[in-house]
Amino acid sequence: MKPAKSVFLERRSYRRRRMGDAAVLLPLFGTVLLLIPLLWQSAEGGARTTDVMLYIFGVWALLAGLARLVSGYLEVGPAAGTEEGVVEPSHEGPG
Amino acid sequence: MATLNLLIAVSIVYVVFLFCVAFAADRAARQGRGAWLRSPLIYTLSLSIYCTAWTFYGAVGFAARSGLEYLTIYLGPTLVMIGWWWSLRKLVRIGRAQRITSIADMISSRYGKSNLLAVIVTLIAVIGTTPYIALQLQSVSLSFAAFAETERGLVDAGAVQDTALYVALGLVVFTILFGTRNLDANERHHGVVIAIALEAIVKLLALLAVGVFVVWGLSDGIVHTLERIDASQIADWEVSPSRWTGLTLVSAAAFLCLPRMFQVMVVENEDEGHLRTASWAFPVYLMLISLFVVPIAAVGLEVMPTGANPDLFVLKLPLLAGQEGLAILSFLGGFSSATSMVVVAAIALSTMVSNHIVMPIWLRATGGTATISGDVRQVALLARRLSIAGIVLLGYVYFSLSGGGTALAAIGLVAFVGVSQFLPALMGGLFWRGATRTGALAGLCTGFVVWLYCLFLPSFGPGVLLPQSVFDAGPLGLGWLRPYALFGAEGMDSVVHAVMWSLLLNTAAFIIGSILSFPSPMERLQGAQFVNVFEHSRTAGSWSGGMAQSEDLLIMSQRIMGAREAQALFADMARRQGLSGYLPEPSPEFLERLERELSGSVGAATAHAMISQIIGRAAVSVEDLLAVADETAQIMEYSSQLEAKSEEQARTARQLREANKLLTQLSLQKDEFLSQVSHELRTPMTSIRAFSEILRDTSELGPEAQQKYSSIIHDESRRLTRLLDDLLDLSVLESGKVTLNTQSGRLGDMLDRAVAATSGDPGLHIIRETAQEDVWLTTDHDRLAQVFINLIANARKYCDAPEPRLTIQPRMQDGRLVVDFSDNGSGIAMADHGLIFEKFSRIGETKTSGAGLGLAICREIMARLGGTISYLPGQKGATFRVVLPVETRLAAQ
Repeated sequence: MKPAKSVFLERRSYRRRRMGDAAVLLPLFGTVLLLIPLLWQSAEGGARTTDVMLYIFGVWALLAGLARLVSGYLEVGPAAGTEEGVVEPSHEGPG
Repeated sequence: MATLNLLIAVSIVYVVFLFCVAFAADRAARQGRGAWLRSPLIYTLSLSIYCTAWTFYGAVGFAARSGLEYLTIYLGPTLVMIGWWWSLRKLVRIGRAQRITSIADMISSRYGKSNLLAVIVTLIAVIGTTPYIALQLQSVSLSFAAFAETERGLVDAGAVQDTALYVALGLVVFTILFGTRNLDANERHHGVVIAIALEAIVKLLALLAVGVFVVWGLSDGIVHTLERIDASQIADWEVSPSRWTGLTLVSAAAFLCLPRMFQVMVVENEDEGHLRTASWAFPVYLMLISLFVVPIAAVGLEVMPTGANPDLFVLKLPLLAGQEGLAILSFLGGFSSATSMVVVAAIALSTMVSNHIVMPIWLRATGGTATISGDVRQVALLARRLSIAGIVLLGYVYFSLSGGGTALAAIGLVAFVGVSQFLPALMGGLFWRGATRTGALAGLCTGFVVWLYCLFLPSFGPGVLLPQSVFDAGPLGLGWLRPYALFGAEGMDSVVHAVMWSLLLNTAAFIIGSILSFPSPMERLQGAQFVNVFEHSRTAGSWSGGMAQSEDLLIMSQRIMGAREAQALFADMARRQGLSGYLPEPSPEFLERLERELSGSVGAATAHAMISQIIGRAAVSVEDLLAVADETAQIMEYSSQLEAKSEEQARTARQLREANKLLTQLSLQKDEFLSQVSHELRTPMTSIRAFSEILRDTSELGPEAQQKYSSIIHDESRRLTRLLDDLLDLSVLESGKVTLNTQSGRLGDMLDRAVAATSGDPGLHIIRETAQEDVWLTTDHDRLAQVFINLIANARKYCDAPEPRLTIQPRMQDGRLVVDFSDNGSGIAMADHGLIFEKFSRIGETKTSGAGLGLAICREIMARLGGTISYLPGQKGATFRVVLPVETRLAAQ
């Protein structure tokens, strides 16, 4: 391994791993965001459906955007996440 | 009338178009063209079968009834999709690595390929899906009726039922045509997938079009629409937190567990990478499809007459506004939602029913072998086709029996909670090695029963399946068992109540069952492969080539795959092995590939079993492996036993060598002794003979000489007698025939006697500790004294010190009397320690006239008295230790 290249690779795989963490935490983050409107009910008069609707669709779009961002960094396929690459990228069914 | 006819015409054209698309896609895939069929976009769109007619019509109804709560049904799957990295990715990887054909196959494979589990999962899935199919049929026929209604007033129920029947029959035909085209293992149906992707676009466009029409056609843009929402009866944000969270949870669970979702998400998946796109694209799809639901509901509530079914607002708003084209598009959207769901659900369920219920029964009925008779391929296909027809028609029967009165959303939720019962077993099996078959069975059954009792049966209403009394007072008057207030949980929403109890008890039973049970080897192997799927991807048990009969394999494969395909496969494999003809060598690679091909048709477990049968290994290899491992362990144990044994033998050999040495020494000594004893015997005999001859032959001996000679003869014969006495004594002692004359006495007295008896030679100075000698003994005094005499005499004879001294030292030790006799001589050489107590042993050069029997006699005596006599090495001189048992009375007080 040439040292210069391995540093680069390390940074990349490091970033990928942190993005893996982010991907795991994303649904948790989303759950918290989607539970927040429940807190608005106790307020005097309560929130309007339209407000909550706008908020939830905003969160929805945000989550989809984040998911797209994060998944762009993740490498899918057998080698992802683990050090050693495993065989078979695409085993077609018999045909 | 024109509209209705147009609708029918458009529908037929649409259906024909779908058939053509599916047919073209199938053909393209078959010919190897059509890479676009495998694009991530198609995958994402195919996931949209989550949005059924329940979404298309029901979401608006849901929103009209309970405001924003309908969003939970789409937020749950959104959260699952954006969390694809740790859940779906693993699910898909396992599905591909293990060649999973359905969710029942998945759960059964995880728990040791247990068919019982597969059967239970299949049953729950069928029970949970049937109402759902009924719902789709109902929605299509209701929407059709809605058109008819606007044309010519009320439609009778019979016409609605007829529509449902035609739709059901059409769906059966479509599903059988494209769903059972090939019996291929991993069950990828390109035609079906492309058709549902197309339908996904149609339903999204239809809903968006209606939404746009409502917002910009019926209202004046977004602001005005928002105002109308604020003015409507769903303006207030009133959602019960428990329902909000409970429904989100249950929809997330159902998204993973619904058989049709599993089918498109895992089984039809072409490439894990598609998940990456789907992770954000599918949430966007869901968002778009639910975007206009609240506006449509609000405007519908305002515009439509009170009492109108809000489930049909999507269709009736355009109709009311005279937008017939839009209405037809909307109808097509609903039609698409319904049909795609029914098609995929029927495929998924029929695979489960035929692979886990029909095929095992058929295989057993035909003797369990694939080669006996009949065409397995035909049987499997027939089973699948019949299952499809059966499932769809079951849905129809349910629909016609239930009368189609209930609100759509209610049935959907009941089904969701039902299939959610797979969640603990599925997810637990994915992430927990300790999950066992027993636990999965316990959890599934518990959850299923609770769901049946708390939600499914009551959902028909009081008095239908459960009598009113059970609702009010519980079964047999047990109030804590009321279906809507289990264990006293009163005042909860019935769905949340059922979700909570069923999943809670399900999970508890699953965990407890898993912890308390012990998994079989197969389960443990599968568990490791599932949980650690990312470490070792594809390692389905490989075949070690044996004496498989290639011809038998070909016969079997032809029956399952079809003659042409099987022959092509065999010829191809033979060519790769460098052979001509159709019969390749049964190499492991070949068998592995064959098994993979077959498992697509009949399921992994069955394919494995069939090949095992033909190559002559009836049992699954894990058990074999374990047996081998057991044997190895046994051999290892045996060899360690051998090792121990050989060590023991070495020890014995050592002992034998020692004994042999001793024997040799003894034999030498005996020889020596014999010459000694014959010498000893001869000396007195010679003198006796000589002097007796003198007495006989010499007549003129004086009385003095006579006296002298006869006393010599007397002394010599006494010496002989003593020698013989000793020998006799020893033989008596050794044979154990000696009788002991036991009595009590003081140790000091016995020592006194011994010292007195040996006081002939004054050269030895004896040191005694009289204070210690005050011990009472119950023993044979004469014999003990004999031992003491012997020891003192020995010291007298052998002590080579210039001033010989003998110390007699008695003391108590560990409840026994120990008497040491130590002299100040040079002791006994180490080499002779083993010999001194042997018979005839005399150590070193002897200046004295012993026969070497003294110590041997002492040892025998001590053994008879229950004590020991031993030589104590390492002292200044020779030390003999006499040990005797003592009675409790120690001193003579």
